[in-house]
Amino acid sequence: MKRALPAIWLVVLLTIPLWLQDQYILHVLITTGIFIIAAMSLNLLLGYTGQLSLGHVAFFGIGAYASALTTLGFDIELFGFRVVHQPWPAIAGLFVGMLVAGLSGYVIGRLSFKVRGAYFVIVTISFAEVTRLVALNWVELTQGPLALTNIPPYTLGFPGLGNYTLWNKAAYYYLVLALGLVAYVVISRLVGSRIGRAMIALKENETLATSVGIDVTRYLVLAAVLSAAMAGGAGSLYAHYLKIIDPDIFLFIYTVTMVIMVITGGKGTLAGPIVGGVIFGFLPVILRPFAAPAVQWILYGALMIVIVFMLPQGIIPALQHAIANWSGPTRDRSGALLAGSAKPGEGQ
Amino acid sequence: MEFAATVLILTCTYALLAAGIVILYKAGRVVNFAHGELYAFGAYTVYLVVAALGINFFLGLVVAIIAGALLGAVIELVLLRPMRGADIDTVMLVMIGAWIVMQNTELLIWGGVAKAIVTPFSDAPLVIGPVSISWLRVFVLAAALLLIVTTYVLIHRTKLGKAMRATFQDADTAALMGVNIKGIFTATFAIGSALAAAAGALLGPVFLVTPTMGDLASLKAFAIVILGGLGNITGATLGGFILAFVEEIGAGYISSGYRDAMGFLIIIIVLLFKPTGLFARAERVG
Repeated sequence: MKRALPAIWLVVLLTIPLWLQDQYILHVLITTGIFIIAAMSLNLLLGYTGQLSLGHVAFFGIGAYASALTTLGFDIELFGFRVVHQPWPAIAGLFVGMLVAGLSGYVIGRLSFKVRGAYFVIVTISFAEVTRLVALNWVELTQGPLALTNIPPYTLGFPGLGNYTLWNKAAYYYLVLALGLVAYVVISRLVGSRIGRAMIALKENETLATSVGIDVTRYLVLAAVLSAAMAGGAGSLYAHYLKIIDPDIFLFIYTVTMVIMVITGGKGTLAGPIVGGVIFGFLPVILRPFAAPAVQWILYGALMIVIVFMLPQGIIPALQHAIANWSGPTRDRSGALLAGSAKPGEGQ
Repeated sequence: MEFAATVLILTCTYALLAAGIVILYKAGRVVNFAHGELYAFGAYTVYLVVAALGINFFLGLVVAIIAGALLGAVIELVLLRPMRGADIDTVMLVMIGAWIVMQNTELLIWGGVAKAIVTPFSDAPLVIGPVSISWLRVFVLAAALLLIVTTYVLIHRTKLGKAMRATFQDADTAALMGVNIKGIFTATFAIGSALAAAAGALLGPVFLVTPTMGDLASLKAFAIVILGGLGNITGATLGGFILAFVEEIGAGYISSGYRDAMGFLIIIIVLLFKPTGLFARAERVG
């Protein structure tokens, strides 16, 4: 049964566009999926290295803008030189978006990891705010508040089958699902590897990790680069799905959304961002019929406080605990294993 | 000279904002994301008193400060007291939740349209030689200075201040010495919130009052404490001055669109060249 569960989930997820009639729900699924990918990338930093970055939306937005600009082309003057870029195919934008976001992750990571704690949090917010102001004010490149519009959808080339352009929602749904799976597999492989263990070690005790020869800054920056590239990919998906982006994509509230998805589900767990993402992705759908937008946000904020109060570790670890207790002493070993996987490294 | 006057006024109001952040951080390692909302709360309270109830602006200021202190105390009692001992990130998330709730409550009550506060000051400016400055700004400057000095005196010259400083240094030892530390935490939060509300009440008439006015205020206060260190009010004042100065230079010589980016750019430059901060001695791992 336990082995069949992922397969069942996969079948359900794969067939959704076949039986789901409501296009609005499908739209929510796509945007939620995109934010889940972003939340998963944030979880790499927040959950596994223990750094609360509140500027994560910067990478999401940089990926979105880089991808859109690669696809649309631009013609700007930079330090007296004219820089012209001819439009590239949209799918190239995805890779350029990830690359540019990853590079920003390197630069920002290098600078921000000089400080920790409250200072780190404030510095990361500052970076996100600078990127927002650049997007708003560099009108020649980004159109500023007028937004980048008519961003074309991706065109996928299949060898021998010709090209396929993603015009409808179902196609985007499958693309988001596929990339989400890729991100999930990459993160789970990474976390289980030597690199992942080093990251967890430095979360548990940075001084101790340093003393056993773990180059803390190197691993933190590596996590930041991977996490930023993934968030950039999610941003690219967002831009090409919505076909329009404006500087509001950098707003602090999007970072908060990603953070609360991770915290609700359980930071440092693989399934956490997915569970939290689904809850907060569908919260507006549930609240919409009977609450004004401002009221929705009030409930959102209140829920955030309640979750942090009641389930500071998140839903997944709480569930694992419950299952471990419920299965009783005879299956204590597997229970302990399960509980152990929630917070690796704590057992020592 | 007018440049100097603008910088001076901005310095005082920024210092007022940052001072609140600093004492709250010192008291309970709380990075107060709701600070900007207390700032907006102060502005809306003055608006309520002046425009809706038709009462005097100065009384409105007093009401705003008292209401800000009360709201701060409530936040401390309801949200922060049960969280004592929780790690700094968790407390931060709770305060972000409080920020979202407060901002949208303001939006719900007052709507998104900006409000203007009418003050009893005449439009004719005060002219001293080549400088002309509106009476409202003169008053804002004087009131902000008075509040900063009062806070400084309160913390460094009174018995309550002594108890506060003892609690900041070592809460457990302070408690052993007979200090009511729970009361001190509440009082500190009330004072910090009152400062934010006062800043909002003073700047509300200078700018416009909107539900999102607090966002930038919070971010700027954060930028200032990065510059000046989360350590003391003097650092906050110096940080406020640097931010005000650079913003005005940036707005004047680069582009007014990037005015608000200046603070963040200074943070990045400070981190590049002096990661321990401009005035801080200890390593920044708090």
